[in-house]
Amino acid sequence: MIYLDNAATSWPKPPEVLRAMSEFLELAGGNPGRSGHRLSVGAGRIVFGARQAVADLFNADDPSRVVFTLNATYALNLALRGLLRPGDRVVCSGIEHNAVMRPLRALERDGVQLTVVPCAPDGSLDPAELARAVLPGTRLVVLVHASNVTGTILPVGEAAAIAHAAGGLLLVDAAQTAGVLPVDVQALGIDLLAFTGHKGLLGPPGTGGLVIGQRVDTAELEPLARGGTGSQSQRQEQPDDLPDKYESGTPNGVGIAGLAASIRFLTERGVESIRAEETAAARALSEGLAEAPGVTVYGPADMERRTAVVSFTVAGRRVSEIGQRLDEEFDVLSRVGLHCAPAAHQTIGTFPEGTVRLAPGRFTTREEIRRTVEAVREIAKG
Amino acid sequence: MVAVFLFYTSSAAFQAERALKDAGLAVKLIPTPRQFSSDCGISLRLDWSEGERAQALLAERGVEHAGLHQM
Repeated sequence: MIYLDNAATSWPKPPEVLRAMSEFLELAGGNPGRSGHRLSVGAGRIVFGARQAVADLFNADDPSRVVFTLNATYALNLALRGLLRPGDRVVCSGIEHNAVMRPLRALERDGVQLTVVPCAPDGSLDPAELARAVLPGTRLVVLVHASNVTGTILPVGEAAAIAHAAGGLLLVDAAQTAGVLPVDVQALGIDLLAFTGHKGLLGPPGTGGLVIGQRVDTAELEPLARGGTGSQSQRQEQPDDLPDKYESGTPNGVGIAGLAASIRFLTERGVESIRAEETAAARALSEGLAEAPGVTVYGPADMERRTAVVSFTVAGRRVSEIGQRLDEEFDVLSRVGLHCAPAAHQTIGTFPEGTVRLAPGRFTTREEIRRTVEAVREIAKG
Repeated sequence: MVAVFLFYTSSAAFQAERALKDAGLAVKLIPTPRQFSSDCGISLRLDWSEGERAQALLAERGVEHAGLHQM
């Protein structure tokens, strides 16, 4: 089987991740941060270790400003719903995922003023166009770090400067880039970074979080949920201390233990060297597909400007048929359709049919890429 | 005599444990003695003689605590 759906979730996971999760349940099964006995303390230590590992990975200076959530979607909702009030201005790109667009459209109905800046057909965003849309007083700029449809990397560093000059903040959706590209929140000026654990970070599903920068006044960021935190239990009001303000209820300790192990795995190998391997795989895939008759490959031609996500269509063929034949006849697992990102498909001109998306990962081999290109050529032939 | 650091969050308690252990101090996380506070369920115990050094280390690392008590 050739697994090329790593942009949906990475597979397989490093064996260290499975081991850490099994050990957590076997040896550290207490409720982290709730009690003073050794199982609770053991579990809490693992969760804190993961918090520190996330902070180190993204070069965030304070681990208490790393908040664990169920996934990137929850983290994005926390940032958007927690920060934006009726009358606030927010600006996003034309290739956002529905994890951003749906909360924004709902907020728009509540009186938030939304501006969507169109992207070029290859998904790229011109910083000058963004700057024109970000009027003084804009509360928030929201950008996907890289498109889940075309892999196009957006200029988040420039966007941070633009947002800050207008007196606002920058929220980055790193669902496709955490563990895939080096992300330094301080160097890039990212104020809020939403990430998921189960894609490029190679951890288990049910993990993710929001990294909150020092420019964000957390008094102005409301929690999505309130409840028990194991702290200030004498009060019936939610505590203001971080990370507890945003982490009510028992956390996904077993998942977070797996995430800590996967970040260790990534850090030991180096995100940059993994990036180089994945880029080489995506280049071979993209170039091989482009030579096949009737095939259109989307996204920037320059691999340095994109992640290892390759979307394509074949003239006259339904994407669903291509995906099914890849699976059934060639043992290649892809994802077809709109990838929860209608705005991105409208931008690249593939709405409403969508594309076939191939996403190599850390464990994809060159031989698998070669066989996949052969398979698509075979299908394109007829 | 022992000293006990209290915290606002368990996250800060674990951060303090790591910072002080890294500096070679003998520390132990314990259930917060009820006579002090119920802000956070766990506290950090160490020898009273090292309290001052520990406080300085935590300040240096930016780890917030809710007070150092003698027990």
